[in-house]
Amino acid sequence: MRPTLFNAKIFSALGLVLLLAFPLLAPALNLDFYVSFVRRVLIFALAATSLNFILGYGGMVALGHAAFFGAGAYVVAMLSVQGVSQALIAWPAAMLAAGALAFVIGVISLRTRGVYFIMITLAFAQMVFYLFISLRQYGGEDGINLAGPTLIPGFNLADDRTFYYVVLCVVLVCVWWLNRLIQARFGQALQGIRENESRMEALGYPVFRIKLLAFVIAGAMAGLAGALLASHNQFVSPSLMHWTASANLIIMVIVGGIGLRYGGLVGAAVMLWLEEVLRLYTDYWHLPLGVLLLAIVLFAPRGLAGMFNQGGTR
Amino acid sequence: MSSTLIAEQLLNGLQFGLMLFLIAAGLTLVFGILDILNVAHGSLYMAGAYVAAQTMQVTQSFVAAVVVAAVVTGLVGLVLELVLIRRLVIRDHLAQVLGTFAVILIANDVVKMIWGPAPMMMSMPPALSGPVQLLPDLMYPAYRLLIIAVGLAAALGLYLFVTRTKAGVLVRAGASNRQMATLMGVRVPLLFLGVFVLGAMLAALAGALLGPVTAIQTGMGEQILILVLVCIVIGGIGSMRGAFVGALLVGFVDTAGRAFLPSLLKIFFLPAVASSVGPTLAALSIYILMAVVLVFRPSGLFPARG
Repeated sequence: MRPTLFNAKIFSALGLVLLLAFPLLAPALNLDFYVSFVRRVLIFALAATSLNFILGYGGMVALGHAAFFGAGAYVVAMLSVQGVSQALIAWPAAMLAAGALAFVIGVISLRTRGVYFIMITLAFAQMVFYLFISLRQYGGEDGINLAGPTLIPGFNLADDRTFYYVVLCVVLVCVWWLNRLIQARFGQALQGIRENESRMEALGYPVFRIKLLAFVIAGAMAGLAGALLASHNQFVSPSLMHWTASANLIIMVIVGGIGLRYGGLVGAAVMLWLEEVLRLYTDYWHLPLGVLLLAIVLFAPRGLAGMFNQGGTR
Repeated sequence: MSSTLIAEQLLNGLQFGLMLFLIAAGLTLVFGILDILNVAHGSLYMAGAYVAAQTMQVTQSFVAAVVVAAVVTGLVGLVLELVLIRRLVIRDHLAQVLGTFAVILIANDVVKMIWGPAPMMMSMPPALSGPVQLLPDLMYPAYRLLIIAVGLAAALGLYLFVTRTKAGVLVRAGASNRQMATLMGVRVPLLFLGVFVLGAMLAALAGALLGPVTAIQTGMGEQILILVLVCIVIGGIGSMRGAFVGALLVGFVDTAGRAFLPSLLKIFFLPAVASSVGPTLAALSIYILMAVVLVFRPSGLFPARG
């Protein structure tokens, strides 16, 4: 059964309206606290979506995506400590730095295949992790506070709602652009490579360069998400790029639906919400999370979004 | 830098490398034969350490602690293989990583429920708590010598098992070509189970041996897992010889990096630079080693399969 495009459109329109209206409705529903929570979900959704781009559409199982996320966050924090709090400088700088890091890591890692690729991306992420731990002037293992709130001329980001809309705007533009990219020739070639690399090579596609570019784009997007998170938390620490953080991003993608347009968004929302709820009831919230993850891996390999969207755009 | 210091650090590196090998051996066997990337292998190591510490507290016998840890963890491995690993064999690596990552989440919480969140201490066997005079001016803790001895014995035993016994032949057959082995009449499911349990017991042995010299806490499994993964990636995933060489390399490089790199850098750079860059480079050294190896040998030093 093919899904109708109509259905998907209704769903995304509904979601968009909800996201837009939420901060306005929240005070009336006594859900003020959740404005900041949804903002965090959106930020992680961007990180997960960027990972979904290479994992789901490019078939690259990268277990080090949190390195780019964390590097972006650290760029914002470091600039802030040096006195640069302008978002329009700090956020693009974070993207550039994370993209450059992804380029270096990608050039080396993409030479390997399969399990080795998983392992080498993991190893590079660990290198970045230990590098930031050893930066004592930026807090070392404890992390560091931003010097002050991030600024955009004309907007007051200290206001919860304003910052929410800025984040929503950035995330929507990125997700929309990535989806366009997937439809474009570049994205189609990337998916072709996922299905059969040697065939694409034989057809004359520059396979390595396509994969590398996709890897860099995903890294830069993750860096942007990290930058947003740094401004959101006003704090960064190396735990952002611990390897379990990379695994969590993969889990979000899998739970949401790998290679599905809104997989990253759905996954981030579900996982962060579950974490929040489980924490209310028990100190042992990893356990039910683990059981859920096992159930999804064993019984619903296409994730939650996949259940609504059988045979969709994969 | 005196020669005693160097000798001492060499022994430390050897000890660390051998323990890494005990864990890496199980992981690489499981990968070689089952083609499964089991990130929960570190949790088996953690289980071994906890069970050993508990047994030590109750019985005050170190030998009992090691044996009970190996047996209990072996049973845990048995259940894990029957319930989960079996189903993951036919799946892709991504599903395997996630499925076994779920086991880490569950295992950490179960351990916390049983033993609480505070780190656990395991006492050393009293007879081995003192130092031993190895050379005129080299004193070395007796317990660490025991770790080295047991590690060497286990490595030798494993080598003999794989190369000299009937079961070892089956293991090698399964690793080099699983389908062919099945066709030749090897009972593969039973072989899988045996290998997985053996791997679990080896990890538990390492956990029990390292128990008295490390803090036993949740998360210790993930920490060592990453190091072990580096070992087997350097050596070539699935290769026993590779795991041995990789583990010793990582053990030596890591130990030497931490011990000598800061003072070595002082020769070439200003002290201020050396003291800030040294520890960083030392922490990164094994990952740099791995990246360099993979650049020149994308499938490790001893690729298991052509």
